Amino acid sequence: MCHDGAVSAASPVEVEPTTTPDEITRLAKPWVTIVWNDPVNLMSYVTYVFQKYFGYSRKKAEKLMLEVHEDGKSVVSSGTREEMERDVQAMHEYGLWATMDRPE
Amino acid sequence: MSGFARHRRSRRVIANFTGFEADLLRSLASQLVELLRNEAAVPRDDRDSFEAMMDFSGPTTEPEDPVLARLFPTAYPGDDEASAEFRRFTEGTLRDGKAAAAITIIDNLEEAGLPRELDEDGLMIDVELDEPEAESWLRSFTDLRLALATRLGVEEGDEAVWYAMPDDDPRAQAHDIYEWVGYLQETLVEALIDG
Repeated sequence: MCHDGAVSAASPVEVEPTTTPDEITRLAKPWVTIVWNDPVNLMSYVTYVFQKYFGYSRKKAEKLMLEVHEDGKSVVSSGTREEMERDVQAMHEYGLWATMDRPE
Repeated sequence: MSGFARHRRSRRVIANFTGFEADLLRSLASQLVELLRNEAAVPRDDRDSFEAMMDFSGPTTEPEDPVLARLFPTAYPGDDEASAEFRRFTEGTLRDGKAAAAITIIDNLEEAGLPRELDEDGLMIDVELDEPEAESWLRSFTDLRLALATRLGVEEGDEAVWYAMPDDDPRAQAHDIYEWVGYLQETLVEALIDG
């Protein structure tokens, strides 16, 4: 499995002097977990999962659930590749349709 | 039938089912376990044969059964290699977890008095679940609903189609069961939030 190391503040030598702040942000938080709408999962259940697994507030969980429901998908978390693989696996455990992505 | 609720004093999650309902839930859960164990979760790829033989870690290709394909979605759309790796490391664990959750339903129903063969009328099954058991039921209800919906071809906003079907249409009957499990899940979410 590919390991994309996040840029660590403790090892500044790894950062090229020419790296722009935008690139550092992209390297540090390069991956996202996307949850897609499906015709089956209950709105209350999806909200419950976002609260229970991510520890989000009721308000934030409901906002993300409504994005899934109305826009067809929502970015529910972001982080390193390993972190996002854990989140995607957890979403599959809960029966939600989740995928990984690395936004440009 | 009133679905799930929190017991006011014990704080456990409770529900009562008729023998028929409990037997139906057990049958659905058993079918799910069978499906999860049925299609071989073995790696199949075109690598060097020695390397492939030495690798027992998990499947790398999407399951052929549409229910299993929905339960174990492709994690990296457009990246077959990364998707295969993800599947290899996760699908076995996910299958085991989903089978274990379905078996929790079966065990809890039988512990509550559901006989192996349902042969008496008027039997009532009272289940009392602790928090981890209730969580297992909740997750397994999702898997059962995804399985039923995939088999039925349920789509967004198609309720009118199902309600217009004659009552004796087996698809309408299966859809009624799908909606019933949805109702049970809704009350179970509420009972858990109530905790």
